[in-house]
Amino acid sequence: MSQTVAKRRQTVARDLTLRHEIWKNRASYMLIAPYFILFFLFTVVPVLMSIYLSFTYFNMLEAPRFIGWANYTKLLLEDDIFIVSLRNTLLFAVVTGPVSYMLCLLFAWIINEFKPKLRAVMTLVFYAPSICGNAYMIWNLILTGDRYGYLNGLLLRLDLINQPILWMQTEKFVMPVLIIVQLWLSLGTGFLSFIAGLQTVDKGMYEAAAIDGVKNRWQELWFVTLPAMKPQLMFGAVMQITQSFAVADISIALAGNPSVNYSGATIVTHLLDYGSTRLDMGYASAIATILFLLMVGTNKLVQRLLRRVGE
Amino acid sequence: MTAMPKNKPVDNRPAKIIKLEKKMRRRSGGKKLNRSMAGNTLLFILMGICGVFMVLPLVMIINNALKPLDEIYQYPPRIFVRNPSLTNFSDLFVLMNESWVPFSRYILNTIIITLGGMVGHVIVASLAAYPLAKHKFPGKALLFSMVVLSMMFSWTVTQIPQYLIISWLGINNTYAALVLPAWSFGMGLYLMKQFMEQLPDSLMESARLQGATEWQIFWHIVMPNVRPAWLTLAIFQFQQMWGNTGGMFLRSEELKPLQYALQQITSGGVSRAGAGAAVTFIIAAIPITFFLICQSSILETMTTSGMKD
Repeated sequence: MSQTVAKRRQTVARDLTLRHEIWKNRASYMLIAPYFILFFLFTVVPVLMSIYLSFTYFNMLEAPRFIGWANYTKLLLEDDIFIVSLRNTLLFAVVTGPVSYMLCLLFAWIINEFKPKLRAVMTLVFYAPSICGNAYMIWNLILTGDRYGYLNGLLLRLDLINQPILWMQTEKFVMPVLIIVQLWLSLGTGFLSFIAGLQTVDKGMYEAAAIDGVKNRWQELWFVTLPAMKPQLMFGAVMQITQSFAVADISIALAGNPSVNYSGATIVTHLLDYGSTRLDMGYASAIATILFLLMVGTNKLVQRLLRRVGE
Repeated sequence: MTAMPKNKPVDNRPAKIIKLEKKMRRRSGGKKLNRSMAGNTLLFILMGICGVFMVLPLVMIINNALKPLDEIYQYPPRIFVRNPSLTNFSDLFVLMNESWVPFSRYILNTIIITLGGMVGHVIVASLAAYPLAKHKFPGKALLFSMVVLSMMFSWTVTQIPQYLIISWLGINNTYAALVLPAWSFGMGLYLMKQFMEQLPDSLMESARLQGATEWQIFWHIVMPNVRPAWLTLAIFQFQQMWGNTGGMFLRSEELKPLQYALQQITSGGVSRAGAGAAVTFIIAAIPITFFLICQSSILETMTTSGMKD
């Protein structure tokens, strides 16, 4: 009896301190309010609604009908194309994600050593694919299957092939080509944030490090630069994960949706197939939820790895 | 690797003198610390090869825009233009004048949507990022992780619920339907928070002791110190908004942005390939211009900044 009273008193006390804490920090809440009101309206609520829809059958004409786990069991047990697209997506995540991340960092780091004018030019050069809107359409011209394609034209002229290759209609070429194009395209966001991050590293730290016995640029990178820009490294990783798990546009633009024998299918192309073409929003939402869980898991892992930078 | 290398040369002079000496050496020779010739060459070659590969689309877009129609469909294909002409652009202007809604209207729409979405997002996201980076208050960690997680949920499926909410708010088919959601994108908040975290606490503490309000601290101390960050965010957001075609949120023709109108022109097939190349050029050229303006400004802050402690 007295125990429950004590417990209640405790919760009441905790409640009061919490309220006090909130009141004390009202300035903070005022500052975050505009963003978070909009964020809840336009992001949190839609995401929650989508997760709910993943347990329904919803064709956007009739009201959603609750069907429990049916979408998920169908997705994981019966949908062969989903397995193919899952495999391709993981391939993108494992290959383009880390490679692109490293390249972003490497390029940003080298460019940061240039004189300001040259640095501005080089930044533009490396950011070019991201800034040109749907610049990946250029690859369509390069990879056109007849002799008008730049790549076929070049190879024909060099006598390396004697008839044009149907690049995006040949199964074995689809994924390697998409991986290269994705790498080319994905430098953007991470790269720019690294460039900005490098510029906030205090220059005095390099001199101090040199006095402490850091002998070459690689040691400097590991012991000084990377630890100083850890926040940007974390940000870059999240951007890279969201990008490489969500590859879809380039696959659709270059290989089509559906691609030859689903060789270029990714989770998001599969999602678009159901969401936009077949209008099965319930199923599409289930795909989105699975993708979300995959990304969250990967993100946890990567953030744990990044914490060890500079140790 | 466990610790810093131990084998540093024995030098008994006071640290100040050593530091000064290094500084002098740096100034006189212009040589950076810890750099080897071989490393420089290797990195330059690597950069060169990748640079050519990366800049390819820009080169092709510029050349295609200048190619007369017969060169666009030429065999063997060439990257560089032989007889540059501006016919593609004049063709495009003719097509623009034929449009049903005056073309200046599309331009106005784009300016409102792009600037509204960009400026609003930079301000609103930075305002929220400051307390998340530098204050302690209940719910902070939860709110922040929600923002990061939200970036991982596929845009495609949330669009339908978002459409319902926008209709419910009664802002469907207005600029606000594109601009307001853009203010709450996750990336901006995340980016700004990461940069603000790097600011030394002492900076804000001293202002607080002098009686500055949080709003003043944000505006006069935090924002000027994270200028590279918000300029970078402006570049990202400009691009994001510039690429927007209005989609399902804008139905009226007279509200649609330039991007939409230009895409309508290029959907004319082979006969419009020339004008299409000009469109691709314009679509790329405007964000590049914006990028260059911001970028030079970022570099400027970098060379003049001395506010880190």
